[in-house]
Amino acid sequence: MTDAPSVTGWQIADVVAAWPETPTAKTLRLKLAEPWPFLPGQHVDVRLTAPDGYQAQRSYSIASSPADAHAIEITVQRLEDGEVSPYLCDVLEAGDQLELRGPIGGYFVWRGEGPVLLIGGGSGLVPLMSILRHRRLTAPDVPMRALVSVRTPGDLLYAGELGDDARLLYTRAGPPGWAEPPRRLTPADVADAAYPDGLAFVCGPTGFVDRVADLLLQAGYPAERILTERFGPT
Amino acid sequence: MSGGFISRGFFGKRRPPEGMEGRLPPGQYYESGFPVLTVGPTEKIETDAWTLRVDGLVEHAVEWNWNSFQALPRTTYEGDIHCVTKWSKLGTNFSGVSVDELLKLAQPQPEAKYVLATSFGGYTTNVPLADLVDGKAWVADTHEGQPLPREHGGPARLLVPHLYFWKSAKWVTKLTLLAEDEWGFWERNGYHHRGDPWKEQRYTGD
Ligand SMILES: Cc1cc2nc3c(=O)[nH]c(=O)nc-3n(C[C@H](O)[C@H](O)[C@H](O)COP(=O)(O)OP(=O)(O)OC[C@H]3O[C@@H](n4cnc5c(N)ncnc54)[C@H](O)[C@@H]3O)c2cc1C
Repeated sequence: MTDAPSVTGWQIADVVAAWPETPTAKTLRLKLAEPWPFLPGQHVDVRLTAPDGYQAQRSYSIASSPADAHAIEITVQRLEDGEVSPYLCDVLEAGDQLELRGPIGGYFVWRGEGPVLLIGGGSGLVPLMSILRHRRLTAPDVPMRALVSVRTPGDLLYAGELGDDARLLYTRAGPPGWAEPPRRLTPADVADAAYPDGLAFVCGPTGFVDRVADLLLQAGYPAERILTERFGPT
Repeated sequence: MSGGFISRGFFGKRRPPEGMEGRLPPGQYYESGFPVLTVGPTEKIETDAWTLRVDGLVEHAVEWNWNSFQALPRTTYEGDIHCVTKWSKLGTNFSGVSVDELLKLAQPQPEAKYVLATSFGGYTTNVPLADLVDGKAWVADTHEGQPLPREHGGPARLLVPHLYFWKSAKWVTKLTLLAEDEWGFWERNGYHHRGDPWKEQRYTGD
């Protein structure tokens, strides 16, 4: 196992672009003052400072590919009552600056191995998108597919970028004309998508990740080939 | 370099409740729930299959099963816990058996300076021995009066509340005393070898 690039100090990044991914999620494109290498799956810590010195830190996965060398992108899902995500979604805009450090995490990272099954719930798609994008840019021959579970079409990040390599599931309501009734991932979905001898990356809210990890165990994945990242609360 | 930087339009809204300000280490925020963060799947360990072993540089390697562990003297920790993912839970409690109690039976050898904790499922974390003794650490099986839930490390987890919470290995099954520090899972993956929240030792080199 090669070491993942390790974290460097705090730095100020320029927000060079910002755009909505859905009505409640925004992508920020950040140009680092001191760029660092990273692996898909790693995240940054963001630190906000109020005029009185009060600070808040949160983690955000990198959504872009390391091959996109000029800037990194993070995608933030706005949580109604949150402290940091509404600021990043509603207040911050292109031309602003954001303090951050990275890259963080040496476990939930893709080092180019295959085959890979990605399973994302909601905003858990963010680090998986970095893996998908990096594969497209650097390793198109590595077998990889994604299962993406969202509540409604309005919650789907990167909709225009998910191709045949991604299978979508809607848990509340599908788009007009969607043949399947809304439902959660089943053991059969996971068994059908499973690769023997592959790695699985699972990311999303805690409950989703726990359920999917159990389904992967049932589908024959040994625990050490199931990599998980839990974003949400209990 | 970042000295003096202010985030335009940020005022903050998750300040700790009054009177608790001094209990939040730098970079942490006050969380009223108890989030779950784990590597890989949640382990399912029945109490009849549960064992705890203290070995390595000790006079007597000792192993407990659930019943013999339950027979040990118990104490309670009342206080705060701090997760490296930025949340702190203030004013909670856990009970179980203090590590001092376990070491009383195993008797560390003088060369023992570090401990590697191993969990069911293979997770490991390293802690200096000095951080586990003198009433600073427990093997806890109870949280706020209830059996520790599986997703929080039940039947029993290590509890080292003065360090970041990844040191409090869920589903702990073994404490191995060592002369040299041997890095555990997160420590090999970019996280700090000691993890003192008051020094904000989150990542390697902090
Ligand atoms: C390694 C890692 C990577 C992450 N990557 C991303 C990412 O790429 N994109 C992203 O949007 N977020 C990501 N997160 C989550 C992010 O760090 C914040 O937790 C999130 O943005 C909420 O912060 P906040 O300040 O807005 O809300 P807070 O003020 O922290 O929380 C508000 C309240 O909502 C609860 N809450 C927290 N998360 C959720 C949730 N998901 N659903 C419902 N309630 C919740 C909390 O328990 C809290 O009580 C990641 C987290 C981790 C640990």
